[in-house]
Amino acid sequence: MDNSHFFVTGDPMIYGADVSIILVSLAIIIYLTYFKKWGWLWREWITTVDHKKIGIMYLLSSLLMLFRGGVDAVLMRIQLAVPNSHFLASEHYNEIFTTHGTIMILFMAMPFMFALFNMVVPLQIGARDVAYPFLNAVSFWLFFLGAMLLNISFVIGGSPNAGWLSYAPLSENDFSPGPGQNFWIWGIQISGIGSLMTGINFVVTILKMRTPTMRLRDMPLFSWSVLASSIAILGVFPIFTATLAMLTIDRLLGGHFFTMTGGGNPMMWVNLIWMWGHPEVYIVVLPAFGVFSEIVATFSKKRIFGYASMVFSMIAISIVSYYTWVHHFFTMGAGANVNIVFAICTMIIAIPTGVKVFNWLFTMYRGRIRITQPMLWFMAFVPCFLVGGATGVMLAAAPADYQYHNSYFLIAHFHQVLIGGVVFGYLAGMYYWFPKIFGIKLNERLGKWAFWTWQIGFYVCFMPQYALGFMGMTRRMYTYNSTMGWDMGWAPLNMISTVGAFLMGIGFIFQVWQILYSIKHGERDVTGDAWDGRTLEWSIPSPPPVYNFAILPVVKGRDAWWYQKQEMQKGSYQKEAVKYEPIHMPNNSGIPFLMAVCFFIAGFGFTFEWWWMGIAGLIGVFITLFARSFQYNTDHFISVEEIERTENALRNHGSIHRTAN
Amino acid sequence: MNKWIQTAKLSLLAFLGTALLSGCDRSKFIVLDPRGPVGKQEYNLIILSVILCAIIIIPVIGIFTYIVLKYRDKPNNKAPYQPEWDDNKFLEIIWWGIPIIIVAILGVFTAKTTMNLTKPPVKDVDPIVVQVTSLDWKWMFTYPDKKIATVNYAEIPAGVPVQFILTSDAPMNSFWVPQLGGQEYTMPGMSMGLWLQADKVGEYFGSGANFTGKGFAHMQFRVKAVKQEEFNKWAKQVQKDSPVLTKAGYKKLSKPSLEKELSFSSYPIGLFEDIVNKNGGIYYDHMNHMGDHTTMSDMNMKK
Repeated sequence: MDNSHFFVTGDPMIYGADVSIILVSLAIIIYLTYFKKWGWLWREWITTVDHKKIGIMYLLSSLLMLFRGGVDAVLMRIQLAVPNSHFLASEHYNEIFTTHGTIMILFMAMPFMFALFNMVVPLQIGARDVAYPFLNAVSFWLFFLGAMLLNISFVIGGSPNAGWLSYAPLSENDFSPGPGQNFWIWGIQISGIGSLMTGINFVVTILKMRTPTMRLRDMPLFSWSVLASSIAILGVFPIFTATLAMLTIDRLLGGHFFTMTGGGNPMMWVNLIWMWGHPEVYIVVLPAFGVFSEIVATFSKKRIFGYASMVFSMIAISIVSYYTWVHHFFTMGAGANVNIVFAICTMIIAIPTGVKVFNWLFTMYRGRIRITQPMLWFMAFVPCFLVGGATGVMLAAAPADYQYHNSYFLIAHFHQVLIGGVVFGYLAGMYYWFPKIFGIKLNERLGKWAFWTWQIGFYVCFMPQYALGFMGMTRRMYTYNSTMGWDMGWAPLNMISTVGAFLMGIGFIFQVWQILYSIKHGERDVTGDAWDGRTLEWSIPSPPPVYNFAILPVVKGRDAWWYQKQEMQKGSYQKEAVKYEPIHMPNNSGIPFLMAVCFFIAGFGFTFEWWWMGIAGLIGVFITLFARSFQYNTDHFISVEEIERTENALRNHGSIHRTAN
Repeated sequence: MNKWIQTAKLSLLAFLGTALLSGCDRSKFIVLDPRGPVGKQEYNLIILSVILCAIIIIPVIGIFTYIVLKYRDKPNNKAPYQPEWDDNKFLEIIWWGIPIIIVAILGVFTAKTTMNLTKPPVKDVDPIVVQVTSLDWKWMFTYPDKKIATVNYAEIPAGVPVQFILTSDAPMNSFWVPQLGGQEYTMPGMSMGLWLQADKVGEYFGSGANFTGKGFAHMQFRVKAVKQEEFNKWAKQVQKDSPVLTKAGYKKLSKPSLEKELSFSSYPIGLFEDIVNKNGGIYYDHMNHMGDHTTMSDMNMKK
């Protein structure tokens, strides 16, 4: 391979990025050194196995990636705002939409989801950590360094440019030589392994780590959604890993799984990648449904309506999602019968989804609705997701899909469900649980500005794209009106869409400002129960102590904390004598980080086909595994005195009527 | 703040209104302006699905608005409050039932249309075959009956069903002429069939819909539907006036580049079959013949 272009050159924007990367890195290094923070960073964050801290790191990284993916989006929209634009060259544009898609799904949505898993699930089920805290740290660092590997590609080696799912044979050596495509493979392969481990971790956590008195049928719906999503992860991420490995064999070792020659079959790639890719979108949307279930019940001061039906519909979605993948390529000519089966399966998945909407509505019905920031995002979600779901049903009608496929109609549809469903859901979750994790309420005024710019921006950006689809505009065109002389009248709507993209960008800036402002000036939550919540996470102080629950909570039914509060108010709550016992906790470990660094080195080596480096990295991975096997000092006990000290400090600081636990 | 939100809502509506009005010229929405039986069937299905979805969505948004307005947490709100009410079998049956019915209706029509589109749109007219090869980054059309080839434009007789036989000698693309009907992938090593038909004389926009790299955005082509006599005349003209597409000529044409519209008076015999086979076609059992009747028996033997 030609490695003469190790650093990407020739584009002023890239030079600008080079300079800012160097400046930011220097600033961080100087800051850490000047304030002697290196030890703090290592002890408190890099080696941590605490699910709350890992959750915070996931959240920070996903917001960072939202920024990166958002910049990609804005660059694309600038390019398309006017016809015959020369802002970006074809290949640059292709790189940008490839990284936009990859980053938004794998490095923004996934970690944001894992942030919520980590920050909330153990607290909600009355656990002191996840089932495998060490593995949890491994997952995070694999994700983070996988994401970094893909992200450096735009300054070193060149970015991938074959689309976010890199259809073969375009993604094969014949059409995409060079390191760009390898960056894509290794970046998402490494982080994908982390995702699979997180899936395993949360299935076990939810099944085995609940406080002994919590039955599955009393478990909060967010935890149920995490279970459904994690089970789907277990089913499909192995396919993802294997598919990427096959492409690696093609590209690195001259294999012929998906090539045009030698008996390769590109259609197999399309099938395999969507067998993962379709359930993947349900994996990310299910936890958003879970978030909304919590928010609606809390802010309607009412039990969730149709709990059993909610659980059943989530399980149904996660199962039927395995049988819809062909709807991404009805136009591949699988035959009428195959198309009909997958079209109907796709429509079927709309049924449980629709049922969930009805159940949320009737949770609010005869409730008392408080319009807080999380609730605002829910209220934006309902109409947005209904319309997105409807266009999804339209797309599912196979023959109609022949007309929408790969057009801007499709683009508008999946942005509407992914932004309207997933992003709104996760943001709602962030607003909802921020006071729990950080003990700070996010500023209301800035939040409203962010909310409305996001909303207006969203509709202004994506509604015109449905129309553009009907006008015949296909996706992934870096320019239009330029060669064959067709003026299809796409220009005005494209301009409007670009305005919308900018508004969403402004909305994001408001949110960053809101978070920073609130950290400095925001209202502190001293009650631990910022929203008058219903589930266990609100029964402990904010932020929770390292062991979460000093005494494992007793759960008598759904919404355990809500009813305990009612009993406490009535005075009928039987407060048992507090008797602490030593708490068993895992030790911090640097091995997850070091292992991920070795993976990074291996990935970087294979990307450039430097075998010595790739193999050295893999050897490093094995050494860290080996070292861990001989590590005997992996856990410790928190003494009763220390628990008493911590609890007294937290409780005195907290509200007076707090007597639970 | 509230005032501001009102303003924001209004400006949003104004914005959307303008967006819709600016596009009111229906002829621009080519997908919604089909000019052939295939496109029309797909259009009908689109309209049906919009109506069925609207039946669900509009009432739900209505109910949602009503609930949010009525059950606000205000001190003087007299609306009933039943915090423990969380189950109603009758309601649950209704909202499981209605979507099931809607999906069933849409499912039946989807299945019907899907089956219909695998057949020629009209039975009483003899169809013609046009072979389509997507290249980096241009479209080549070969006419097995006329033995002529074109690049980046195709002429077809109006009122006659056309079976487009699709393949690719480059990464996977998708052949789409919105006003005639939906698209189908062009794939290396595969020959796929797509029935389309233009009812009226006219020029129709076509484009590649599946990303194929650097020159993808330039892969538009023209489909010109003319009267049968004119089509025959045009074919004769091309046979007489245009250069020959040789094997070497095709090799050059298939290299990554952009091309203008081109015509060729002939092409190497079995070109399309060779393209399919060299890209792995020999390994597949083809659903569709490759359109070239002279080499059909040849193909069968290879299987």
